[in-house]
Amino acid sequence: MKLALGPVLYYWDRDTMLDFYDQMADAPVDIIYLGETVCSRRHLLRLQDYLDVAERLVAAGKEVVIATQTLIESEYDVKTLRRIAGNEKFRVEANDMGAVRLLANKTPFVAGSTLNVFNSQTLDLLAGLGATRWVMPVEMSRAALASVLRQRQSAVETEVFAYGRLPLAYSARCFTARHHNLQKDDCQFKCLDYEDGLALKTREGQPFLTLNGIQTQSALVHNLIAELDTLQDAGVDVVRVSPQAHHSGEILRLFRECMERRLTPAQALSQIEGLMPAASCNGYWHDQPGLEFISR
Amino acid sequence: MQPEKIELVCPAGSLPALKTAIDHGADCVYMGFRDDTNARNFTGLNFSFDNAKEGVRYAHAKGRKVLLALNTYPQADGWQRWRTAIDNAAELGMDAVILADPGLMQYAAKTHPELRLHLSVQGSATNYEAINFYHEMFGIRRAVVPRVLALAQVEQLMAGTPVEIELFGFGGLCVMVEGRCALSSYATGDSPNTCGVCSPPKAVRWQETPKGLESRLNGILIDRYDPEEKAGYPTLCKGRFDVEGETYYAIEEPTSLNTLELLPKLMNMGIAAIKIEGRQRSPAYVEQVTRVWRQAIDSCQRDTQSFTVKPAWMAELGKVSEGQQQTLGAYYRPWK
Repeated sequence: MKLALGPVLYYWDRDTMLDFYDQMADAPVDIIYLGETVCSRRHLLRLQDYLDVAERLVAAGKEVVIATQTLIESEYDVKTLRRIAGNEKFRVEANDMGAVRLLANKTPFVAGSTLNVFNSQTLDLLAGLGATRWVMPVEMSRAALASVLRQRQSAVETEVFAYGRLPLAYSARCFTARHHNLQKDDCQFKCLDYEDGLALKTREGQPFLTLNGIQTQSALVHNLIAELDTLQDAGVDVVRVSPQAHHSGEILRLFRECMERRLTPAQALSQIEGLMPAASCNGYWHDQPGLEFISR
Repeated sequence: MQPEKIELVCPAGSLPALKTAIDHGADCVYMGFRDDTNARNFTGLNFSFDNAKEGVRYAHAKGRKVLLALNTYPQADGWQRWRTAIDNAAELGMDAVILADPGLMQYAAKTHPELRLHLSVQGSATNYEAINFYHEMFGIRRAVVPRVLALAQVEQLMAGTPVEIELFGFGGLCVMVEGRCALSSYATGDSPNTCGVCSPPKAVRWQETPKGLESRLNGILIDRYDPEEKAGYPTLCKGRFDVEGETYYAIEEPTSLNTLELLPKLMNMGIAAIKIEGRQRSPAYVEQVTRVWRQAIDSCQRDTQSFTVKPAWMAELGKVSEGQQQTLGAYYRPWK
């Protein structure tokens, strides 16, 4: 199995981003996804900046994929999408069917998790259009994945979101701006203040969700580090870690050591706990509510 | 200029609701089968094959159309169920099927080329590139657009595609892009994409406590009501939560979408159809909403320029709105 780092889902300032990717160039990770996937107002890094970072990461031996924005609404969004699809250098992760249209039958692409591939018919169809890898929807279980992989006819790689706060929903509305009584068009870039998102709790204090601009994430951290053998058995080719503000490099190292069996799942789980911004969940993998944690 | 005729598409959660919608002026009704092939998979709702047959007969006898929603994503071990539903739709003479899954569209287009395909709102198509993808691949004729676009964005989208556009006009308001929301499965295990339900009734618990009436979803506190407050169904994005010490409707208030005042604009834009949400609602709801919208569309059709929303219409719709509140949602950009 290969190890991948997903795109940064939060809004960090420019220097923080550039420093982060300088560190990732030396991190034990095979594939790095780059790009703004959440909000078109986040502009401290432009597409050209990402392409420059991509060059440096390729020089450091990484496979780089440019990820497209998930919610494409305006003509401006469509134009950016066209520029990404037309970059002739890096593979693209399509996170909307509009991106698939621009990439299909032209260039190999990665089918992102928001394309909602839940069955082998749709997987084979996308493979026929040029998908070389697909990322399973976050809410899909191990059993459902096994079923898709048993029935599919195409030889695409399978990637699973294995660590990080789960990206659960996308909206037209910006919940971070709403929290500050601001309109989205005048959000004052409040997301910059929340390096790991803005916590939403129930009225009795249970951490429930994380507000990240127009994206809503889980409060708990989806964590399959103790399940890596079951991912391998299910036929997973790529394991994705989602960036967080601190300790991403150490988290990648623990995943790598666990994949190479230098750490047992129990050791890895106990070592990773101190590096996490919140407690673990893994319910989706076990066909349970996503917020549950099933220990082995 | 006389605007194009705009179709009124009304919800039919049962045969009585279907007949009510037809009798009160729906141009089309939409329905689902009694299983997880549609996004309103609730106990006691929806149609058996024979019920659907009677519904189609009733509607066609009056010159109206029936659309079948098969708008969940076929799960790997259930493909046969979705395939059979497509075959049944063709056999029943449905005027269109409303689909979200590309694999299922491919099956429908190959096996029943005469069957008209609509792209469901669950397909999350918010731009013309996405809509054109489904058009070129499977020949979809109409797309239902998620409730996230501002009206100007809908206009831009329409300029880039030959596909007819259907918009939500009234009813429950999804704040999230439909098809891209897993909040319900995160909390309860079941979601619209995988099971055809959001915040499912089986996960709901009501509890009187010294602090007030509490609504919970799989144990998670969604809201708590003071004695003078009216409690609403605990749809999880419409609860009150704590963000940085402030308790409020952090995602959305309990409110319904109502676009009645936009009707002249929608007609001039050339929107093909207006959809009323609410297959889970009663025939009484269907009757009230269909009647008001029929009157409004006919009035606007007669004279778009001088169309005004009658207070009586708003009062009538207010009675059946969630939390008795109404909003223009994302169509009005500052809402975002």
